Amino acid sequence: MTRKHQSNRWRRFDDWDNRPLRLDLFSKDDPENGFTAWKGKNDPVPNLIIEDGMVAAMDGVSSDHFDMIDTFIARYHIDIETADEAMAMPSDEVARMLVDINVPREHLTRLAHGMTPAKLADVVARLSAVELTFAYAKMRPREMPGNQGHVTNAKDDPLQMAADAAVAVALGFDEIETTMRVSRNSWSNALACCVGAAVGRAGVLFQCSSEEAEELEIGMKGFTSYAETVSVYGTEGAFIDGDDTPWSKAWLTSAYASRGIKMRCTSGAAAELLMGFHEAKSLLYLEARCLCMQRGMGAQGTQNGGIDGAPLASTIPGGVRELLAENLLAVWLDLECASGNDARHSESEIRVGAKITPYLLAGSDLICSGFGTILKYDNSFNPSSFNGEELEDFLVLQRDFEADGGLSSVEESSMLALRQRAVDALEAVLEALGLAVPTPTMKQSVVVASGSNETETFSVGDVGRISAAIQQKGITILDVIKALHQRGFCNEAENLLFLLRLKLSGDYLQTSALIRDDRVLSAVNRPNNYLGPGTGYRVSPGRLAELANIRDELDKDTVISGQAVHAAFEAKKITYRELGDYVPSSDSKEVVVAISPAFGTRLFQTLAGHSLADVLRHLRDGIEAEGMSMRVIRCWHTADTSFLGLTAARLSGTGIGIGIQAKGTAVIHQRGRLPHNNLELFSNAPITTHQHYRSLGTNAAVYARGDWPEPVIVTNNGEALGARFHARVALIYAIETAMLVADRMPQQVAITFLEDSDA
Amino acid sequence: MPDKQKMYPLSENHSDELRAANGFRIDELTMENILSDKVTMEDIQIAPETLNHQAEIAAAAKRYPLAVNFRRAAEMTRLPNELIMEIYEMLRPGRAVDRASLDAIAQRLREEFGAEKLALFLEEAAEIYTRHGVFSKRF
Repeated sequence: MTRKHQSNRWRRFDDWDNRPLRLDLFSKDDPENGFTAWKGKNDPVPNLIIEDGMVAAMDGVSSDHFDMIDTFIARYHIDIETADEAMAMPSDEVARMLVDINVPREHLTRLAHGMTPAKLADVVARLSAVELTFAYAKMRPREMPGNQGHVTNAKDDPLQMAADAAVAVALGFDEIETTMRVSRNSWSNALACCVGAAVGRAGVLFQCSSEEAEELEIGMKGFTSYAETVSVYGTEGAFIDGDDTPWSKAWLTSAYASRGIKMRCTSGAAAELLMGFHEAKSLLYLEARCLCMQRGMGAQGTQNGGIDGAPLASTIPGGVRELLAENLLAVWLDLECASGNDARHSESEIRVGAKITPYLLAGSDLICSGFGTILKYDNSFNPSSFNGEELEDFLVLQRDFEADGGLSSVEESSMLALRQRAVDALEAVLEALGLAVPTPTMKQSVVVASGSNETETFSVGDVGRISAAIQQKGITILDVIKALHQRGFCNEAENLLFLLRLKLSGDYLQTSALIRDDRVLSAVNRPNNYLGPGTGYRVSPGRLAELANIRDELDKDTVISGQAVHAAFEAKKITYRELGDYVPSSDSKEVVVAISPAFGTRLFQTLAGHSLADVLRHLRDGIEAEGMSMRVIRCWHTADTSFLGLTAARLSGTGIGIGIQAKGTAVIHQRGRLPHNNLELFSNAPITTHQHYRSLGTNAAVYARGDWPEPVIVTNNGEALGARFHARVALIYAIETAMLVADRMPQQVAITFLEDSDA
Repeated sequence: MPDKQKMYPLSENHSDELRAANGFRIDELTMENILSDKVTMEDIQIAPETLNHQAEIAAAAKRYPLAVNFRRAAEMTRLPNELIMEIYEMLRPGRAVDRASLDAIAQRLREEFGAEKLALFLEEAAEIYTRHGVFSKRF
């Protein structure tokens, strides 16, 4: 035994160690230390005592021992009128109602308003992942799903911000969100994104995530139309360290509404765990407290589902199911839900794809509360589940499931012009307001760049000066609109003005509001009315066509025109001349090769891209190397590899034949064998090489001689050949089968090779 | 659908009546007026009446806390930006050093801005902060 076979572990573990998955951490369930999805050591048993119309005790705590959060929930969330009825219902029964298509959504939201956090958590914890998904589809507030994207970059470059915002709008995001690397750049980011988001269409809501006070200030200048970083925590300790109280956050909630700005809160599993104040309570229970508080504050919605805590929550057993459960809690409480799927919870693409699937299938007010529209390294929040890199994967998932994730493909040919327009518009604003003058090189580098590593643009210091100037000069949205219009960007100016008018109506302050085709759609005028098949949101035929429309779709014409390119080339290498019906021979030195109907007539290349002339020549060389000769026949009655091979064998003097299709699939067959019981099969045409065909010829000749050669093995590297080739195979094979003539005899074919070396 | 919900969206069903807090009409919010500097930020300040309408719509949809929030927001439209920010700062942990300062600002809201709901809200916060020691300094 040699050293190379010595090992103290099964080497599969080495393979597993090297997978991206193993970069993820996995933590043990530990209820004492807060590492538990459902059952914290100190999770209370649900209860509610009401005396004189006031909450006297809730979830095991009497009102004189309430912390601030309990007090807030008792005063502002608990609906006293519904509470007795709701709390008395068995949790199993309520859980079943959540997945019952015969129980209307309104009935369930009414009950939720009378339930304590522990009761709410107790109900949703009883649902499996598929039940949570189904209940989510039924309970989400707005009829049609939407999506939100991050637009940031590593340089806080306003030019790139504008270009990328315009791209996000074109992709169909209903909301876009920015933040910065350097906090003082917030004003520059806000202005740039605001301008970029106005390119292409009106009504995309925009926010600049910043320090609470500054974010509101930016909103008051009219740049932003929504906010969502009003963070809420499930324990008092975490809340205070977050530098707020339920009352300060409620104040902020009203403040946004008072300026016509849409607002949602942020919370999510494991935030308290990260902040060191978990009180040995479960992720779900603490999140239930957050959500009851948010409803009590009068927020129309929430961004939850882990959010920044999602990666930590996902290390815990059942953590990803818990994220689904807390999203369900949000919508059950009748809150708009931007359902997380932002901070990337895993290095494993399989885990990421699996995590998004329930949301894509169920739909969500905003499926991602931050889909990275830019490259991972440009995401100033952190890489998202899906990013610029994986955007097309998401588009294809929509197409696969015919599920509306809110996004559409963009035409490659229109993207440069769109980005140019956004950069020009921003330049106009920067110049007109005396903020900066970008050079042509800066602009050009941004227009074509995939990410900020490729740009030559403003320095981070420049951006800081632009940002400070915007703030100091007191520039407002009105100045921006004016600048755009004066410099000829009238559509963009009108798009921003449209949003200002809408702001005066307060319409998009209502639950789950977004704007499509210049109309506000929310849970008020477009409520989710799902009550089983045929109800609720259905993807329209037009939308279905949009979902199906992805880049580089294959069809028969593409395949035929692709082959036609090679026809002329092939004509210089080989001629085929049919000599009439084949006559059986008794030649003891021959191997018969049967080619398919389209071989060299309609099709000219194998799936591996080999010229068919070259393939035939390598077969011949292999056969002749063993002292045999090749005879070629063309079959018209079949294009099937096995039957081609068997026909060749039956008509061969040696009883050995080769069958080969135009796509390159080949077989060595022998007279007397069953059709699918061949001597050697070369089924993986896409990875079959010239040398393989030569060896195939050699082996056939060896069989013809009566010996047994070493079979030729075409090895693969685990490629998903079906995914890569089968659509093309089916189209090509259909060309072959369409040419069949059932009763036509195999034809003898004279082959002339016109050149003698590989092209 | 109850009548109040039928008002919604106001931008489609009641656009003629929409005005800013200062009475500026939505049909005056035109590109022409912006270009000739006839529009100020005050002219795009949502009106308390509008927020109260949205509160009625929210209540009709049984979203009572949302309605309460809109009503507080309606009062808040009368507060200048700086005062809103100042009060927010006072409500953050450890900023206001005692109950009296919150009570005083509540009184000011009541008297100066007729903001009874906001005043009550601040007084409630003052009571809770006292009970939970939120006024303690955080260095």
